[in-house]
Amino acid sequence: MNFEPDNKGYWGEFGGRFVPETLVAPLDELNDAFLASRDDPEFHAELATLLRHYSGRPTPLYFAKRLGEELGGAQIFLKREDLNHTGAHKINNCLGQILLARRMGKTRIVAETGAGQHGVATATVCALFGLKCVVYMGSEDIRRQELNVFRMQLLGAEVRAVDTGSRTLKDAINDALRDWVTNIVDTYYLLGSALGPHPYPLMVREFQSVIGREARKQIVEHTGKLPDQLVACVGGGSNAIGLFHPFLNDEGVRMTGVEAGGRGIGLGEHAARFAKGASVGVLQGTRSYVLQDDDGNIAATHSVSAGLDYASVGPEHSYLRDAGRIEYASVSDSEALEAFQMLSRTEGIIPALESAHAIAYAAKIAPKMSQDQIMIVNVSGRGDKDVDSVRQLINGGGR
Amino acid sequence: MSDRITQSLKNGRGFIPFVTAGDPDDASSLEICKLLAERGASVIELGVPFSDPMADGVVIQRSSQRALENGVNLTRVLSLASKLRASSDVPVVLFSYLNPILRFGIEELCAEAKRSGIDGVLIVDAVDSEARELSEMFAKHDISLISLVAPTTSDERLEKICRNARGFIYAVSTAGVTGARGSISNDAERLVARVRKFTDLPIAVGFGISTHEQIEAVWKFADAAVVGSAIVAEIEASLETQDAVSRVEALIDHLLPLQMATHTHKVEGSQL
Ligand SMILES: Cc1ncc(COP(=O)(O)O)c(C=O)c1O
Repeated sequence: MNFEPDNKGYWGEFGGRFVPETLVAPLDELNDAFLASRDDPEFHAELATLLRHYSGRPTPLYFAKRLGEELGGAQIFLKREDLNHTGAHKINNCLGQILLARRMGKTRIVAETGAGQHGVATATVCALFGLKCVVYMGSEDIRRQELNVFRMQLLGAEVRAVDTGSRTLKDAINDALRDWVTNIVDTYYLLGSALGPHPYPLMVREFQSVIGREARKQIVEHTGKLPDQLVACVGGGSNAIGLFHPFLNDEGVRMTGVEAGGRGIGLGEHAARFAKGASVGVLQGTRSYVLQDDDGNIAATHSVSAGLDYASVGPEHSYLRDAGRIEYASVSDSEALEAFQMLSRTEGIIPALESAHAIAYAAKIAPKMSQDQIMIVNVSGRGDKDVDSVRQLINGGGR
Repeated sequence: MSDRITQSLKNGRGFIPFVTAGDPDDASSLEICKLLAERGASVIELGVPFSDPMADGVVIQRSSQRALENGVNLTRVLSLASKLRASSDVPVVLFSYLNPILRFGIEELCAEAKRSGIDGVLIVDAVDSEARELSEMFAKHDISLISLVAPTTSDERLEKICRNARGFIYAVSTAGVTGARGSISNDAERLVARVRKFTDLPIAVGFGISTHEQIEAVWKFADAAVVGSAIVAEIEASLETQDAVSRVEALIDHLLPLQMATHTHKVEGSQL
C-alpha cells in the first residue's frame, strides 16, 4: 500500500492546501526548503546531533512489567517520549522546523499551543538559537496549563492569550495564522502537529517519525520480533503518526489511535473526530474529519486534556482510518484520569493527561491479549504540567 | 463582458461595500444593503458568517460571531439576498469560507444562489485547482467565482488566476487580515499594475480601506475600492443605540459624497 501524499499534499481526498492567497507563496517557500532539507545529509546530521545531545534521544523503550502484571495479558512496552528535553515529543518537530526556519533566514517564530507543550518546545528552540518567539494560546488553556505559560515566559517567549471562539487550540491556530499572514517576510510559523495546509502534515510526520524508527529497532532488540499492537493518543496526530508511520508496511502490526472521549457523546462534549456521525470538512488549511454543526461551523470540543481538545485531526490519519490501516478509539476524561494515576502508581511514571488516554486504552485491551503478545504504548509526554489540575479534579470531584 | 458584476465595475470609480449578513439582525442587514445599493455600491459583498474566519481581523470576526449568535446560516444569507434582489438590481457577491459551502453542498448552493439573484461567490480559502473546479461548477449556473490575488502572488500565478477569472479581480492591498489601516501600502498599486498585464477584468482593491481619501487614492490606479471593516465597525458601534442604518448612512456620507457616485442602483419601494 502507498502511504505517501501526492505532490499537492493529498492522501486520497484528505489534506491539500486551503488557505488565503497571501499564504500560498510562503507555503511554497516552506515546501521548497523542506524538500531541499530532505535530501541534504548536512541537515540530517545537524538534526541528529541536536536530537541526541540536546533532547537526549534515543528515548528508552521501557518494559512496563508491573503495569503488565496488574492488567494481565500482553507485555507492555512504553516509548518514553516524556524523557525528551522539555518533557514531550513536541521537541522532535520543533528542532527540525527551527533548522528549516534558520535556513530560510526567518528571524521571528510564531506558534500555537494547546497543552503548552508545543509552546514550551518552540520557546526552547527559539532560546537555543536566539530567535524571537510569540506563542498564541487560548485563554481557557492558559487557565488549565498555567505552569507552562510561565515556563514559556522564562524561556523568553511572549505568550498571547486568545479570547475568541472556544478559547482553545483551534482558536490559537487561527490567531497564529493571522499573525503569519501579516508578517510573512520575517516570520516562520512553527505548527505543532500533523495538521494544517501542505506541507505541514507531511513535514511534521517526517520529524516525528524518529519515534517509530527508534521503537521499531528497540523492540526487535528487546524481543527479537515486531510488536502486535501500537497505541498512541491523537490530538492533531503527531505523536501517533510519528510512532505508527515506520510500521505501516508491517502487516501484522495493529495500530490504534486514541481520541478524547471527554464527558459524553454529544457534540461539544468530546474531541472524538472519528466517532459516530463523523464528517469531513475543511478547517485551518486542510481537508479532514471535523467536528461541525449542520451549517459547517466548527463545533466546540471538550477534553480534560488540552492537547487533545481540537475539532479536526491530521489528514493522514483520516486517510489511514478510511483505508482501514489504523483503528481509532476513544476514552473518557475519567478513564484517562484513572490511567494517569495507575501508571504513576505501578511504574513511577506520571504521564501527561494526553498520554494517559493511550494508557487507558492499553489497559482496556491488554487483558484481552495473550502473554506472548507485545504492545507498545507511546508516552508522548510527562505529567508535571497536569499535576495541579489533576489534584483539583480528584479532590474536587471534577468541575 | 456580459457578466453583471463586470458591467457594474467597468467604468471605474467603483465602490464595493462588505457587510456580514444578519449583523446586527436580518432586517437591519437588509436595510443596510438597500441603503448601500442606493448610495452607489457597484457590487455588494455579503459575508457568510463562519466560526473560524482565519483571514479576518477582529472587527469582522466579532461581526461574524454576532451573526452566528443570531442563528444566521447560508440559507438565511440567501433569503436576505433574494429580498434585496426584489428591490434592487445591485450585483451581489457572497463572501465565504469554504466549509459552510461544502456543508451546504456546491450543487445545492449553485441552484439556490441563482434563485436568490446572487451574481458571484468569493471563497477566501480556496485556491489553485480547488478554486478552478469550483469556478467551473459555478459558471454552469452563471455565477462568477471571484479570484483574490495578493502582493505575494507571483506573476506566474497571476497569469493562471487571471486566465480563469470572472467578474472582477480582488487585489488584497497588503499581506494581512481584514481591518482598517492608516494607509494603503504601495504594494497595492504595484500589484494592480502587475495584474493589469494579464486581464481586462476590472480590478478592485480591498483590505484596510476606511476613508474617503483612501478610496480616491485607490481609484487612481484601480477600478474599485472595497470597504468592509469600516462599515462593520459602525454596525458594531450601533449595538447599544440600535441605529445601525443611520450610522452606516453617516459613514457613507463621509466615504462617498453623493455627487461622486457613478451609478446608483435603483431601489424600488425603499423606505430610505
Ligand atoms: C504530551 C502530549 N501528547 C500529545 C499531544 C497531542 O498532540 P499530537 O496528537 O499532535 O501528538 C500533546 C499536545 O499538546 C501533548 O502535549
